[in-house]
Amino acid sequence: MFSQGFLTSQLEKAIGWARKYSLFQYPFVTACCGMEYMATAASHYDLDRFGAGFPRFSPRQADVLFVVGTINHKMAPILHTVYEQMCEPKWVIAFGVCTCTGGFYDNYATVQGIDTIIPVDIYIPGCPPRPETVLDGLMKLQERIQQSRQEF
Amino acid sequence: MAEDSLTLTRLRDKFAANILETHSFRGDDTAVIQPEAIVAVATCLKNDPDLDYDFLMDLTAVDCLNLGTAHRFEVVYHFFSLSKKHRIRIKVPLSGKGPELDSIASLWAGADWYEREVWDMFGVKFRGHPNLKRILMYEEFEGHPLRKDYPISKRQPLVGPGSPSQTPSK
Repeated sequence: MFSQGFLTSQLEKAIGWARKYSLFQYPFVTACCGMEYMATAASHYDLDRFGAGFPRFSPRQADVLFVVGTINHKMAPILHTVYEQMCEPKWVIAFGVCTCTGGFYDNYATVQGIDTIIPVDIYIPGCPPRPETVLDGLMKLQERIQQSRQEF
Repeated sequence: MAEDSLTLTRLRDKFAANILETHSFRGDDTAVIQPEAIVAVATCLKNDPDLDYDFLMDLTAVDCLNLGTAHRFEVVYHFFSLSKKHRIRIKVPLSGKGPELDSIASLWAGADWYEREVWDMFGVKFRGHPNLKRILMYEEFEGHPLRKDYPISKRQPLVGPGSPSQTPSK
């Protein structure tokens, strides 16, 4: 393929390829899942292999919002604001069962799934999820990014 | 029954009229006192050189709604003396309608946040508290979630479905 010195692709596919391998994440860490997030991000499991090794601590510079840990009703408006501050295109990963459904916190304080506040692309259940599960979720997100229509 | 500890004896000497009940179990002393006497008792515990309770370890409350008691709430204080190495638990029964109690935040600064928490969770008002507002829940929250008559899964969201503003999420 390379013997002739060029290769062809569709612009949309090329952009999708670029986007899925340069995910700047914003970790919104509130609880114990953060430990598992750190274990996944650090060198042993190495999120950098997937092009997502660069956490940004401003939502304005991030592509994917990792919501890691229990979200309560007092925190919900803050999460909503953080999501609104992110630039398009943006994706959201619900990390851990608390963010997916509220988990076992069926009480006055806890949001029963962050998808009641912001749209979610990938749900990673588990209490906490194993790093392998997180990486699987991340790869599913990459697939989704590659297959979606690219706005640019 | 073993003889009473120094603290219980001292309290009984000074506040005989205000003590409703005392008991000791395996070295843990408890005194149940009338609500009116809390500041006087706390002052004595702190300032009496033999007692020297310099550390307020905990201040919380119990909702006795289904426990068959005459009172609705109990406010519970745990004091410890770092120099004398002894501790005491003080309980104060309160009625259910507008429970109020004098603040001890002027004696132990640490009582400030504890009393705000008890106000937030149980709705017990502390008279003379410098800044009695919610500490854990948000200002918009109505009611007191650790009261037994607060519905167990009643939620008061600020955003999303069920919130006052009904902020669109998508």
